[in-house]
Amino acid sequence: METTVADLRRGQKGIIKEFTEDFLPIKLLELGCLPGNVVELVQVAPLKDPIYINVNGSHIAIRREMALHIALEIIEDNAII
Amino acid sequence: MSKQINVALIGNPNTGKTSVFNQLTGLNQKVGNYPGITVEKKEGICKLPRGVKAHILDLPGTYSLNTTSLDESVAVELLLNKNDKDHPDVAVVVSDVENLKRNLLLFTQIKDLKIPAILVINMADRMSRKGISIDIDLLEKKLNCKIALVSTRKETGIDKLRELIADYKNLSKAQNVDTSVIAPEYFEKLRETFPKEDVYKLWLVITQDVNFMPLEKKLFKDASSFATKSKSELKRLQQKETILRYQFINGILKETYKVDVNAAKGFRATLDKVLTHKVFGYVIFLLILLTIFQAIYGWSEYPMDLIDGFFASATEWVKDTLPPGVFTNLIAEGILAGIGGIVIFIPQIAFLFLFIALLEETGYMSRVVFLMDRIMRPFGLSGKSVVPLISGTACAIPAVMATRTIENWKERLITILVVPFTTCSARLPVYLIIIALVIPEGSLLGLSYKALTLMLLYLLGFGASIFSALILNKILKIKSKSFFVVEMPNYKLPLLKNVGYTVLEKTKSFVFGAGKIILAISIILWFLGSNGFSDEFKNAETIVTNRVKEQGFSSSSEIYFENNQNDLNTGLESDTDSAALQQKELEERAISQEIASYKLEHSYMGYMGKAIEPIVRPLGYDWKIGIAVLTSFAAREVFVGTLATIYSVGNDEEETIKNRMAAEVNPITKKPLFNLASGISLLLFYAFAMQCMSTLAVVKRETNSWKWPAGQLVFMSLFAYLVALIAYQLLK
Repeated sequence: METTVADLRRGQKGIIKEFTEDFLPIKLLELGCLPGNVVELVQVAPLKDPIYINVNGSHIAIRREMALHIALEIIEDNAII
Repeated sequence: MSKQINVALIGNPNTGKTSVFNQLTGLNQKVGNYPGITVEKKEGICKLPRGVKAHILDLPGTYSLNTTSLDESVAVELLLNKNDKDHPDVAVVVSDVENLKRNLLLFTQIKDLKIPAILVINMADRMSRKGISIDIDLLEKKLNCKIALVSTRKETGIDKLRELIADYKNLSKAQNVDTSVIAPEYFEKLRETFPKEDVYKLWLVITQDVNFMPLEKKLFKDASSFATKSKSELKRLQQKETILRYQFINGILKETYKVDVNAAKGFRATLDKVLTHKVFGYVIFLLILLTIFQAIYGWSEYPMDLIDGFFASATEWVKDTLPPGVFTNLIAEGILAGIGGIVIFIPQIAFLFLFIALLEETGYMSRVVFLMDRIMRPFGLSGKSVVPLISGTACAIPAVMATRTIENWKERLITILVVPFTTCSARLPVYLIIIALVIPEGSLLGLSYKALTLMLLYLLGFGASIFSALILNKILKIKSKSFFVVEMPNYKLPLLKNVGYTVLEKTKSFVFGAGKIILAISIILWFLGSNGFSDEFKNAETIVTNRVKEQGFSSSSEIYFENNQNDLNTGLESDTDSAALQQKELEERAISQEIASYKLEHSYMGYMGKAIEPIVRPLGYDWKIGIAVLTSFAAREVFVGTLATIYSVGNDEEETIKNRMAAEVNPITKKPLFNLASGISLLLFYAFAMQCMSTLAVVKRETNSWKWPAGQLVFMSLFAYLVALIAYQLLK
């Protein structure tokens, strides 16, 4: 199983590797959610959905189903538990 | 007079674009709709240096020129269409200093359309706090443009912006990025096929609808006829274009934009931790909601009473001052009653929009979307449905329009369809008067029965919308991809000016939008109620006077005497003469009321009411309520106005509607017409029925089909009838 944005814990950061689905909405890319950029998890709502992230300086909330398609590599492990 | 410069304001959402617009135009602005669609069009006039004037158009916020919604496509259409009368001579792109990178994406696209562009970097006051420094000169050179560093909060930089707009002829039209590298062959082919056109413009025209929902696409003529690529290929190319642009922007910002990371964090993170917290987040949201409701009902009572009193005395003044006749009656009973029925809603609507504007301005609304999304989803709704559902408690019309932010078509449609169940302010006067009539005094846990009933009705409305959403979610077979991406803007202190403008504008559009219908209906009603063709109508005076002489007063007059007898007895005057005088006066008044109601019964309206009586009788209503229910299919608040018109037609004395209603008698049961059973039945009917032409019209426009509003009308009204029927039959 690949690590995705959905696996991040609060405060954890990762670098986006790729999108595992072809067509994520263009809006996501426009907001700076692009391969190579750093994602930080800010907050998760109850039932782990939606997910509030900071990517490339953009603070956005996305649903879990979409987060599952953004593969990443965790770089900083200072998660708040 | 010199020529006006056409200026288009464009920018990402949450960049303070509207603040820039407000500062440029002041109160010289007007808000309308783009022809044929419900996208809001804001325009204004701005005076520039050297006597030049500019026409400023505030385009809907967008992250890029790759349109994903109707609002965004309006912006793109305008930039692409040179023949549009509003096509800009200069584009002012508003960006926010903290999100400059993302904002530049849109800017480079506009530059590549060869439209002279000015970059506004807003919220400059935050720079030092956030540890941001920008080399403006270098950035101007790299982007080939002019930059105005603005703070709308501190009101700095606007003069420089005016100066730059006036000087627009000196702006460069050079492009920033060569998009053709994403697909050289394809772009070459385009260039060959349309040698006269700019390729980037062609590219945008071709890709304009690839992200569009099927419904909205129909509104525009098919521009993709010369697209030789499949949609998925085009989408892939759009992604490539976005990446290409970010590479360009990153390269530039590396040299010109510095952030001291240590200064950046803090306030926002702390606030987010609390406001989006798994427990506290919801508690705070609930508290805010309660405050809003308390404010709407507590605070608006005072101005509403004032308005009510004002119109009552205005009506009296007109009747006393103007010579009696048809014209005076039209003014007093048709027009004034109609206007009063509109103006009375202003306090509540203004308060609601005040709160919604505050929540939007501070950035809190996005947190609500985040908190509520998962909870709303099982019902086929989205976190973004919460704002429309809350707005629905003011009025379904802006609420339906507010659904436009929902990207997923199915979720949006369901939201549109269920919003009219929420208790809008137009139901309130109906509820209030019926509750006052039929709900007994007394209290439970410190809350009066009347207040409890009102609260239950609100819950009922909300429950009905959630429940029908659940059903619709099961029934509707619409496949649509989820596009839930919500920006969580930084927290800001609201700019009072912006909030003020919003409240003013929304209130105005209610008064002039819904107001027209209400006024028209009350005039028509007045006409139908005060005219008739039958002999009974023409000879009403003689017929009634004779009847009273032979058979005595009717039972509703007896109740009227009883009510007023108490007043007489409690009066200070014990003088027998004056008591007799008052008794005589009372009888005269009763006769004139009986004449009035006899006339009404035989007026056009009376015959119409009689015709529908068999349908409404099982619900416990007489033909007068039937008429009121029927007319309120145009707008619910017309109910009270109609009853007021029905009861006051031909009646010289000022009498409150409530007292008149209390004196009404059911012709069959001989008991008061408004009793617990018929009252509850009416309340339930109004809670569920789809009685608002304006909402239907807006739903038609937003869904682009008559199918949905027609379905709403039929389903909601049948449901309301059934529930009201059951309630009356059980309670009577």
